[in-house]
Amino acid sequence: MAALTKRSKVVSNKKISFWEKIYLPAILGGMWITLGHLFTKKTTVRYPEVTREFSEIYRGKHVLKRDDEGRERCTACGLCAVACPAEAITMIAAERKPGEENLYREEKYASTYEINMLRCIFCGLCEEACPKEAIFLTKEIVKADYERDKFVYGKDVLLEPFDPLKRIDVSKRQTPEVLEFKKDKNQRHNVQ
Amino acid sequence: MLIFKTILASAILLLSLVVAMYSTLIERKIAGFFQDRLGPNRAGPWGLLQPLADGIKLFFKEEFMPNTADKFLYILGPSLTMLIACLTSAVIPWGPDIVINGQVFSLQMADVNIGILYIFAIVSIGVYGIMIGGWASNNKYALLGAVRASSQMISYELAMSLSIITIVMMSGSLSMRDIVNQQQGFNWNIWYQPLGFIIFLICAFAETNRSPFDLPECETELVGGYHTEYSSMKLGFYLFSEYINMFISGAVMATLFLGGYHFPFIDKLGLSPNAFAFVSFLVLFAKITFFGFIFMWVRWTLPRFRYDQLMRLGWKALIPLAILNVLITGVVILLNQ
Amino acid sequence: MFSNYIFYFLSALALYSSVMVLLSKKPIHSVLYLTLTFFAIGGHYILLNAQFLAIVHIIVYAGAIMVLFLFTVMLLNLNKEERSPKPIWVKAAAILAGIMLGLVLIGVFRGYDLRLIQHPMESQIGLVKELGKILYRDYMLPFEVSSILFLTAMVGAVLLGKKEQI
Repeated sequence: MAALTKRSKVVSNKKISFWEKIYLPAILGGMWITLGHLFTKKTTVRYPEVTREFSEIYRGKHVLKRDDEGRERCTACGLCAVACPAEAITMIAAERKPGEENLYREEKYASTYEINMLRCIFCGLCEEACPKEAIFLTKEIVKADYERDKFVYGKDVLLEPFDPLKRIDVSKRQTPEVLEFKKDKNQRHNVQ
Repeated sequence: MLIFKTILASAILLLSLVVAMYSTLIERKIAGFFQDRLGPNRAGPWGLLQPLADGIKLFFKEEFMPNTADKFLYILGPSLTMLIACLTSAVIPWGPDIVINGQVFSLQMADVNIGILYIFAIVSIGVYGIMIGGWASNNKYALLGAVRASSQMISYELAMSLSIITIVMMSGSLSMRDIVNQQQGFNWNIWYQPLGFIIFLICAFAETNRSPFDLPECETELVGGYHTEYSSMKLGFYLFSEYINMFISGAVMATLFLGGYHFPFIDKLGLSPNAFAFVSFLVLFAKITFFGFIFMWVRWTLPRFRYDQLMRLGWKALIPLAILNVLITGVVILLNQ
Repeated sequence: MFSNYIFYFLSALALYSSVMVLLSKKPIHSVLYLTLTFFAIGGHYILLNAQFLAIVHIIVYAGAIMVLFLFTVMLLNLNKEERSPKPIWVKAAAILAGIMLGLVLIGVFRGYDLRLIQHPMESQIGLVKELGKILYRDYMLPFEVSSILFLTAMVGAVLLGKKEQI
């Protein structure tokens, strides 16, 4: 039978020799190895002073995007909730009243939108499912807390700030295909 | 004279306590470094205030005593361990004589003519604290730890004494001061008794309950061994006395085998007696530190022995080897006469 | 004199703890009191300027034998009071034997020369050098014979410890 890995070893039950029996060479060998580790570079990251570099496409806390005019993109279609394998997303849809056109991009919007961060596994399937590019995962870390209730994040936490300076850049998360797709003027939502 | 002895006793006690305190930090640092980590580095620069933080934490922890415990013995256990750990330092010569105002003072608490036997006596009663504490907790794990400790200590005491008998045979004295003074310069006992040194080193690991012989507190099998039921500063005393024991056994090994406070050429530097005493003390301290490092190095390298392996090593390997060593030494001494 | 007070203290301690060996309910306490007795007697040796004897006394009795006792008592878990009351004749015999031993000891020590004990620090017999000279010069034969006795006991222990029948 072929070995499963390169590092597999055939174990034998042979009697150990006297030299091996006194164990001192093996012990000294082991101690030599640990001594070597005394002088290696330490892998610890001293956290508050030094932070570990995040990957460009790190999946952290979600954000509900607004469009260029500051209107909420989410139309409460529920595709993200369906796609979510952890069933962390719930929402309630509402109809846009006249005069709210500068707040919501389309006629339907999510009056509440909640993600349970204790359930969320940060897989990013909601982001993939979203047809309106309304939800994205950011580099921000979900902070620890003392109570479970506080992990149900509502729109107050998730929604992108209105202030143009505080807008969250998610262009790194958009694949070339998506960017290409956005330029396609044949699609209705790109025209609007 | 009495005043000087009092000062010396307090100084030695303070020294061993401070060294034990910082040994905890160094142990954790070294453990970290061996495992490619950094160890504690938050409390103060390089974590230097960590022992203080640990001490404060231990003092303010909840004092817990099991309902079914034997109250008096439960408290006696850790106190006895601590007391006995502090006793050994009395016969260790910490340096050559110093001169103050024309009076000569010896840097040794008591130059009794049976210094080595005194150390054996202290080592042999050292197990009482652990046994009493383990039994008084009225807990099966603690009891098992205590029983293990007692049989381990008795087994390794034998090999330990047998390995020292060769030193006594060579020096012809039981006094620590005499033994040190015979190792002037580089004339250390380790060159004559390498086997005895190795046996003594191994036994010292076993007697201080250090890994790889830390079966009495073996946390993988016995939760915490003899101190399972202990909390707060009583636990602190147990843990602390281990480090004091480590320091003292390092001092004993340095004195018996590595020439104590002697080092080649420091007596030729032309220093005044007091400066010479200070340098000699530093030499001894460096040797103790070296042993402390070896203790930690071994702890973070070797896995724990199984109990039957421990007993087999003690009775079937170390004791016969030690007896053989005694025999060889006797023959060599006889031939040299 | 200072050493007189130490003597009285040690004697009181030795007497108290040896009585407590008999009176304590738990075997473990008895063993610990016995250890305390040994320490008190060790202190007496030091008062008699017999440091070697004192230390060896502590090493052998307190350090080895009593630890083994403690070990056995702990292992058998005798901390519950399970001792059945002894029949009356056993108690009577024990008391009688104790009284007779006491009489013998009094008889022995009545005729004893007490001068040495009045000046304990003059005695050099308990120091290593003197003891070694006496043991290896005057009492060579009994010393060696007792070592053979120990050897026999050791061989016997090894035989008992071996599992297979011989």
